Amino acid sequence: MSTQTAAARLPQVLSRRSWRPGKIASRTLFYVLVAIFILVSLFPFYWMVITSLKSANELSNGTTGLFLHHPTFSAYTSIFSKYNFAQPLINSAIVCLSVTVLSVFIGALAGYGLARTRMRFKTGILGFILIVSFFPLIAIVGPMLIAYNKLHLLNTLQGLIIAYFIYTLPIATWLLTNFFSQIPAALEEAAIVDGATRLQALRKVIVPVALPGVFTATILSFILAWNDFLFALSFIQTDNKATAPLAIVNIGHSQYHVFYNLIDAAVVIVTIPVALLVIFAQRRIISGLTAGALK
Amino acid sequence: MTAVSEQVPSAGGAPTRRRQRRSRSPEAQDRRFGYGLVAPVMIVLVAITAYPLFYNVWNSFHHDYKLDPVSYGTFAGISNYQKIFQSSPLLPPPFVSTLVHTIGFTVVSVAVELVIGLALALVLDKKFPGRGLVRVSIFVPWAVPTVVSAQLWKTFFDPQQGFVNYMLSELHLPLAHTTWLSEQWTAWAAILAADAWRNTPFIAIVLLAGLQVIPREIYEASTVDGASAWQSFWRLTIPLLKPALMVALIFRTLQAFLIFDVVYVMTGGGPGNSTSVLSYLNFNAFINSGDYGYGGAVSVALVIMALAIAAIYVRVFRTDYEVTQ
Repeated sequence: MSTQTAAARLPQVLSRRSWRPGKIASRTLFYVLVAIFILVSLFPFYWMVITSLKSANELSNGTTGLFLHHPTFSAYTSIFSKYNFAQPLINSAIVCLSVTVLSVFIGALAGYGLARTRMRFKTGILGFILIVSFFPLIAIVGPMLIAYNKLHLLNTLQGLIIAYFIYTLPIATWLLTNFFSQIPAALEEAAIVDGATRLQALRKVIVPVALPGVFTATILSFILAWNDFLFALSFIQTDNKATAPLAIVNIGHSQYHVFYNLIDAAVVIVTIPVALLVIFAQRRIISGLTAGALK
Repeated sequence: MTAVSEQVPSAGGAPTRRRQRRSRSPEAQDRRFGYGLVAPVMIVLVAITAYPLFYNVWNSFHHDYKLDPVSYGTFAGISNYQKIFQSSPLLPPPFVSTLVHTIGFTVVSVAVELVIGLALALVLDKKFPGRGLVRVSIFVPWAVPTVVSAQLWKTFFDPQQGFVNYMLSELHLPLAHTTWLSEQWTAWAAILAADAWRNTPFIAIVLLAGLQVIPREIYEASTVDGASAWQSFWRLTIPLLKPALMVALIFRTLQAFLIFDVVYVMTGGGPGNSTSVLSYLNFNAFINSGDYGYGGAVSVALVIMALAIAAIYVRVFRTDYEVTQ
């Protein structure tokens, strides 16, 4: 024992202390805090799911309650049959997937250029891309409306795809620039020594290695595009071109009385894909958010 | 073979050995290759930001109001900018009071979300059984689109069917019969709740990432030196967390300042114009009034203010940021 340094004994001292009554109290407090955080975070989801499983009758009787007595899927069937909610879901999927694929593709090209060539103005370009992500979205709505009107892009999914680039391109380019600059240059040089052209080396050697980065950029771009409301509200005029979030708001704002089980059923459907992404790709999303942000 | 490999200098590598005619040198080729790769992103981004910005500047100096065909398209001088500071019956939500709302909401919501987010991050930074599960469940609200969360919270604050009043009356708390969205201050509280529920997880996750790169040994050393937990929080954690704090604050401040979705869905700026915010005012100028001159002036003001906020943050945090890098 005498040979042990003070630093080596420290963990023992700390662990012995942790069983004091004061520590037990603070540990209890800690878990109470954790429980409150989880409750506040998840209770709204619980409420929305049970409301979506109630019938219109049950809701119109004014019976609100914490428990579900007669679960029914009637809200889910009528959101598709009466409100044709499949169309907005398809529209959202088309727009978000298209803009994501395009953004990751051209973002990867730019990221490679910024990370791997000796081009000039790199700092300026990266700074501009960062500023774009701070740009007030409403400030592009007015001029885009005029331009879209002339170009016949109003009320089209193509028009939305173009506008959505402002959500997806900055983050995709930043993330992929980071990823490419972490890949050793020797890898690519070896491929070129073996006779590959530069673009071939990019496609066959660099992209596979950067695949985790491509994956992260894809997920984040999709989530950010899926989150849009302003552009859909401004550029879309008919229900058959609405995106899912716009359709939900339109149902909520409709002239007739709408029962909340319908709205909550639609919200559950819209939330599920992204919630699954967040649950299963959480680590990637977090590393993407923080790498994109902290560099 | 060697000639080919020389054409591919490693990133930031040595300068080229042989410099023939400038344009044919490997370095220049490499540079041109880079410009070609970056071009698509730059073209798209300039088209959707710089072009609208300049168009807005142009419009803001012209009369561009559909309902006023006489002056339509003529030079307006700075009259659109003067309109910003006038309160007339023609402009129901005056810019200045809306600016005050927006700043007030930004300060309060960012402060509330920062404190809760920091508490969350500190909790998640501790090791305890089930931490991974807790982290996922706390992050999930961020998956709900902002406007969908607003629609959801609007139903939660419904006086009859929402859970807020239901829980308040079950627990015999005051305010159980509040009609939340029809009074100014309760409406702001509802907006804040919806905004904080969806966005606090973002702050927590960014701060947690910042906490996790702080080496544990620093805390052990400070404990040995007799520092209390409170002291080591203020003297060590907060300074070392500054880069992450800046990122969380800069993104959240700008999002709060430019808030639109939640206000549009939950209150529509009402009752009256008591919860109107700048983005909502600007949206109405374009979409409902069709006044692209005045709307353009508001947009230009918004861009300037947003970039100023970003610049202030970068300046305030800069020195520390470089040190910790």
